[in-house]
Amino acid sequence: MTALVLLEHDGHAVKQPSRSALAAAARLGGEVHALLAGSGLAEITVAAARLPGVTKLLVADAEAYAHALAEPLAALLVALAPAYTHIFAAATAMGKNVLPRAAALLDSQPISDISDVIDADTFVRPIYAGNALATVRSADAKKVITVRAASFDPVAAEGGSAAAEPVEVPAAPSGSRFVSAELVKSERPELTAARVVISGGRGMQNGENFHLLERVADRLHAAVGASRAAVDAGFVSNDMQVGQTGKIVAPELYIAVGISGAIQHLAGMKDSKVIVAINKDEEAPIFQVADYGLVADLFKALPELADELERGT
Amino acid sequence: MKLLVPVKRVVDYNVKVRVRADGSGVETAGVKMSMNPFDEIAVEEAVRLKEKGVASEVVAVSLGVAACGETIRTALAMGADRGILVETDAELQPLAVAKLLRAIAEREKPGLIILGKQAIDDDMNATGQMLAALLGWPQGTFASKVEIAGETIAVTREIDGGLETVSLSLPAIVTTDLRLNEPRYASLPNIMKARKKPIETLTPAALGVDPAPRLALVTVVEPAKRQAGKKVGSVAELVAKLKTEAKVI
Repeated sequence: MTALVLLEHDGHAVKQPSRSALAAAARLGGEVHALLAGSGLAEITVAAARLPGVTKLLVADAEAYAHALAEPLAALLVALAPAYTHIFAAATAMGKNVLPRAAALLDSQPISDISDVIDADTFVRPIYAGNALATVRSADAKKVITVRAASFDPVAAEGGSAAAEPVEVPAAPSGSRFVSAELVKSERPELTAARVVISGGRGMQNGENFHLLERVADRLHAAVGASRAAVDAGFVSNDMQVGQTGKIVAPELYIAVGISGAIQHLAGMKDSKVIVAINKDEEAPIFQVADYGLVADLFKALPELADELERGT
Repeated sequence: MKLLVPVKRVVDYNVKVRVRADGSGVETAGVKMSMNPFDEIAVEEAVRLKEKGVASEVVAVSLGVAACGETIRTALAMGADRGILVETDAELQPLAVAKLLRAIAEREKPGLIILGKQAIDDDMNATGQMLAALLGWPQGTFASKVEIAGETIAVTREIDGGLETVSLSLPAIVTTDLRLNEPRYASLPNIMKARKKPIETLTPAALGVDPAPRLALVTVVEPAKRQAGKKVGSVAELVAKLKTEAKVI
């Protein structure tokens, strides 16, 4: 039994959700290999070879993988699949795009977004926006699995010494071409990797008011998120959305501000270690999941909170 | 160009689902069912492409029990032209759905298939990608904008760090994200008109597909409930608690 984990990276570092996928793969108890695909991988190969628990690092360096398009990556996974019983990736936009495509080519029903590993065939995954947990057993010869990163503590970034090995690159399917990317630049940690997340909802009233959250975020080295209501209202961009249809986070501290606590939002953050809710409506459902609730006008409470944190640090 | 839009009948998104005490699943009997919200966005996009003159016909497909015909009627009331129901009482998982849809795509030869990115019941997020693989077509998943120009489609995708645009040669697969559009409500006249639109009924056997599930359900349980904590009276108290009690800052 050997598992292959498709790594996600930015050319310099392996993304934290991939390190959670490695942790999930390690739970099987067999050997774990990792796959690094991209274009110009010299620097990242050195970093990825240090990931603990990885015995072999496969390196697929070709222009076709430069933008992580699903079509060539799925073809690559299929070419490598004969040596593996399990193929993993983090359930990120990239993993969710690529793995089901590879699974279909392998005639395997993918197991999406797992939150626990029971044994080599059996996994737990949330359904109905996390309102139920299904344990499923796969009958497929090859399991193709995406991993809910928030449910597995990531392996360390270094400590291992995998042997890096270039792989033969199959012909890339034609039909898709990368055009452009518009990435939001931020000095803050990524939502799915941050130790502290502070999110705003419809109560923020507009996008400009998110600077009130940012001031607090600066003090706490937090990522800034948003509810779907805030995204739908056009306050902020969708990459900030926390919830069933956005990002799933489980930080040490989650601060929900002006968020009522719709099921679809709770689905994205209820596994956080400590939840704080600030809302002027004391009946808001968010208080039912919050460890600490503050019934207050956020426009008063946020500046106060920033001041208080500035004083204390 | 013909468009194919698969639509799934799911527990309405406003329903608070209840896990059955025996662990056999989620209670669906007597529960309001609706079209999967992401599929509504798919239907809306297809109908808009027809209204713009880019598409000539919109075919809505649903797979499952006979009641899925109602979901097709909803799509027809929104503006789809005709429906195909693949009727079966078998549990259908995304791989089987993708195989059934491939068979239909081979018969109908659409230029574009638009699907919801995920269903809000099983939250699999897989069918569109799998169908693309089986057909050997390119895929533009989690779309927030699509633009068709001649033989290609530009798809702007919601990715983790922002947006990405890919260009795909047609025929292709698109899966919808929330911001692609806001689906319309069907008007009463259109609901009446939809009753007269044709729905063809097929079976998995007629399409030559074995729909047997690959994942066996072992059990379904409710997640551990979070206990409501305490209310604090002031920001200063909140910060103090976070420091000394929760020790997270």
